[in-house]
This record gives sequence, C-alpha cells and structure tokens, in this order.
Amino acid sequence: MFLRTTLLRRVVATAALSMALGSTQAFSADRELLNASYDIARELFAELNPQFVEHWQEEHGESVEVKQTHAGSSTQARAILQGLRADVVTFNQVTDVDVLAQKGQLIPDDWQSRLPNYSSPYYSTMAFLVRKDNPKDIHTWADLAGDDVALVFPNPKTSGNGRYTYLAAWAASNHDNGNDDAATRDYMKRMLANVEVFDTGGRGATTTFAERGIGDVLITFESEANNIRNQYGPDDYEVVVPPVDIMAEFPVTWVDKNTARNGTEDLAKGYLEYLYSPEAQRTLAQYYYRVNDDEISKEFAERFPQTTLLRVEDALGSWEDVMQTHFANGGELDQLQRR
Amino acid sequence: MSTRSARVLPGFSLSLGVTLLFVSLILLLPMTSLIGQLSTLSWSQYWAAITDPRLIASYKVTLLAALAASLFNALFGLLMAWVLARYTFPGKRILDALMDLPFALPTAVAGITLATLYSRNGAVGSLLDPLGIEVAYTWLGIALAMAFTSVPFVVRTVQPVLEDLPAQADEAALTLGASNLYAFRRVILPHIWPAVVTGTGLSFARSLGEFGAVIFIAGNMPYRTEVVSLMMATRLEEYDYAGAAAIASLVMLVSLLLLLAINLWQGRFYRRLHGGRH
Repeated sequence: MFLRTTLLRRVVATAALSMALGSTQAFSADRELLNASYDIARELFAELNPQFVEHWQEEHGESVEVKQTHAGSSTQARAILQGLRADVVTFNQVTDVDVLAQKGQLIPDDWQSRLPNYSSPYYSTMAFLVRKDNPKDIHTWADLAGDDVALVFPNPKTSGNGRYTYLAAWAASNHDNGNDDAATRDYMKRMLANVEVFDTGGRGATTTFAERGIGDVLITFESEANNIRNQYGPDDYEVVVPPVDIMAEFPVTWVDKNTARNGTEDLAKGYLEYLYSPEAQRTLAQYYYRVNDDEISKEFAERFPQTTLLRVEDALGSWEDVMQTHFANGGELDQLQRR
Repeated sequence: MSTRSARVLPGFSLSLGVTLLFVSLILLLPMTSLIGQLSTLSWSQYWAAITDPRLIASYKVTLLAALAASLFNALFGLLMAWVLARYTFPGKRILDALMDLPFALPTAVAGITLATLYSRNGAVGSLLDPLGIEVAYTWLGIALAMAFTSVPFVVRTVQPVLEDLPAQADEAALTLGASNLYAFRRVILPHIWPAVVTGTGLSFARSLGEFGAVIFIAGNMPYRTEVVSLMMATRLEEYDYAGAAAIASLVMLVSLLLLLAINLWQGRFYRRLHGGRH
C-alpha cells in the first residue's frame, strides 16, 4: 500500500522538480550527492547507486554522481555534527539519526514521518550464524545462555549491531517470561558471560568467528549472516533465525541543513524515495534485507524465515529511553557486566 | 657578542615565530579544546568519570601490558640496536629499514595481522596452543601489539649512541683485563643507559594510548582485556565527550609526568657521569 503513495510522491516530486529545474537546467552542472552510511553497507550501495544514477538520468535528464562514506553509524553521526556535509544518511540505528535532530538541529524532530515505514526502506533482524550441522543445537535466544556455548558479537557499547543483539535478547526473554525483568536480567547475565570476544564493530566480529574460528555462534544482522555464509562457504555454516526476534530498522533521511547548502534537496529526496522502488527493493532483497514491497517479498519469500518481529519502541520503549536505561554509562548493560 | 651571526640559518625571530605558530596549531589548540571539554565537568563529576570500576580495571590491564611491552622492547630493542651498530653483514641496510616498519604500517593492519598469526588457528598460535599458551584475545596479545608498535622507539634512540661509542672503548677495557660482562656493565652500559631509558619511556607512553593495533587482538572483554583507549572510544560512542576528555587528560598527565621525570633524571645522570665538569 505504501508503494502506491510512494509512487504518487515520486510523480508529484518529479513534476515539481521538472518545473523548478526547467529554467536552470541548461546551466546546471552535474551534481553530487554524498551518502553517509553504516559500515557493512559498502557492497549494497555500490550496486544501488549506479541503478539510481541511471534512473535519475532517465527521469530528469541530469547526470549525477553518488558518493559514499562508510563507518559505524554513530561515528558517521558525529562526523556530520562536526561538519561532514553529507546530503543523506542511511544508517542502521534510529538513535544516530535522532542525534542529528537533537544535538545538531540539522533535521526536524519528526524526520521519521517524512518517508514510509518510519523512514526505513528496508529492515532486517538478528540471526545466528552457527557452524556446520549446528553442533550446539542453537535455535532460540534462550539457547545462547546455555552452559557450553561460546558467543561472538560486537560490543553493544561501540556497535549498533551489538546493541540490536542485546535488545533482541532482552526483548525475546521478556516476551517468553511475560516481562519478568528479574528473570530477564538473570538470563542476560548468563548470555553476556558466554561472549568470548567483543569486537568493536560488525565486520571485526565476522572475522573473529569465520577467520579465527572462535565461538560457536556469531550473532549479527540476518543480511550479514547470509552474506557471510555465502562468502565463507554455504557448506560450513548455517543461518538460524529464532522464532521471536527484533525488528532492526535501517533509517534513512536527508540532512536538511546540508542539502539546503549544497542545493541538493530534490536529488536527496529522489535518492531516498528511489530506495522504496521495486527495482531497489529487489536489489535489497538480493542482499538478504527484508523489504516491504509485497511482490518482491513474495518473490524472495524462501530467503526469509517466518518469525515474530518485535519493534524496539513497542517492546522496550522509545529509543531515547532505551539508550538511557540500557547503554548509558552505569546503565543496565554496565550493571549486567559488573563482576 | 655575535651569537646570531654564528648560526647557519639566519632569522632567529622568524624561525622561532614559525616554530611557536606550529606548536600552537598542532599541539596547543587541540589541548585547549580538550580542556574546554573538561571545563563542562565539576570536580566530583570528573572524579566519578575517572574512577569507574570498569575503567580502573582497564587502567590495570593497560599499565601492566604497557610495562611488559616496554621492558621487552628495552631488551629486544637494545639487542637490535647492538647488532645494527656493531656488525656489518649482508642485508644490514634492509634490516635497518625494516626497523621503522611498525611506525609506517597502519596500526590496524598490524593488529589484524598479529591477531591472524596468534589466534588459535593461526600460524604461530596453533604452535603455542598445545603448550597451553593463548596470545590472541588475552592480556598477552595486548602486550604483543603494544610491543610491536613501539619497538622502534628503543632501537632508534639507542642505535646512534652506540654508533658514537667506538668499538675501541670496549677493546681497551678488555686489554686492561676486564671480563666481557664487566666491560659491558662498566663501559658500554653507562654510556647508553640514558638512551635505553628514554627509548623505553617513549615506548611505554606510546603503549598507554595505543588503540588501532590493540583493539583487534584484545578481545575487549569487560574487566579483563579492555584497554583505556577503548574506554575513551566507548565514551565517544555514548556522545559523552566530557567523559572521554576526562580519561584522556589522565592518560596525558601520566605520559607527561613520565617523560618529564626521564628528562630530569637524564640531566642529573649526565652531570654525575661527567663529574660536574660539563
């Protein structure tokens, strides 16, 4: 359903744009767009960007260039606060976009309502990558707290990927035991004690698990888990998606202050809206991201096991509260890891 | 007095001016902003920021690993400097150039390479594993990464001093009946001792702040293998700039005091060595 509204928006935007540009087009030089993105999205945007450039050329007769920068999304948010003039952000953390609104006043507070699905053109969830034949018999979040299970996932303090793992474990435990916080804390303690190596980022954890052979389970985004399995050998690893899991949104928005300055408002919006188009959604699904486009979802249905996805906002409260209670200095995570 | 005309390069006021400008731009300006961040904290907040139990555990890990790394470097660096200064052999130039590699190599590359080699399934780690020695993702790995990135400090401070000391000095000692050990202890060591201490001190100070190389081999487990620089990065991720600055100020203070102490001690050492004649 959102698809139709998006298409409508695109038609309107295109019409408005061609009128606005009509007089200046002859003079306008090629424009550039800078997309500040999260760490593990390199390959994805390397494929999406040329598609968009072609699409924009067809629709508007203007040749544009999309440049990418990749780093942990909090690092990117800090860089933008300190002056990186990115036109659009494509992050894996809602909070890192919120920071742009709250600390930098670079975007409006209600940025999430500017694009469909809370401004998240695609989503994912957390999956377990286990070694061949799943020797430790890992199927649910509860299994991760078992006695003889070694886990690898990035540090929730330094990585959005790690934060989702932590929140998914917490939310799934609460879901199973009927919001018994004490039982959940007990579970979280045992689960965190099973961690063998805390890398600072998602790719570091991948290397530790796949190249160094450490741990029984790597917990990461479903998309990353599938891509790793394909890259390191489909016969050596299995991807397990637990029956209850977290909805990991990948929020996008244009940075108003920067696009105004760079004169790229229309291009930035067009770029992000393009991510909702069937073409882009197909590419996203090919990279094992879950998408909202019904037809594409059906087409790739066998890639994405059925699971109950909990939204962070519904299960644990607003991102602001979650960051404060769980991840701030001295918060739940620090308490759980206390000796 | 015509001290000015004796200088090879003219323009004292200009060169001093440029020096001060660059010191201000690349040293003092960042320091000022660090202090600016600190000024947002009250004393009790500052104290709380630097005495968090998990942080204190990371102080211990970092100090111990840096100490082990710099002592190892003192010994190993001295040996390498000795070989480079006293012998000629084929490939010496290449070995000499290799000494600087840890400075030229991006530290993250060093960290990942070391982790690859020393992990349980790595080339070296798989040999150590049966002996019950684990290097990667333990305290030992941190020390190893620190030693790797800071060994040139010792080699490069000791080597020129050793080259200055003619081989005749120890030969003379030997002809006068000194044993090898005695000649080394009483003739060579006093001469190079200040350089060894300086190099070791620099290596220690560098190790305290090492991030890139350590992160990939440390395992980063709370209370066990977290280093101070990771704690700073963690504060930054929490957008707690002041907290990060508080930790940074402490590390900087320790390094500064250490380097200052070495400089003062060196001055006294030389005065004593030359019997107050210089």
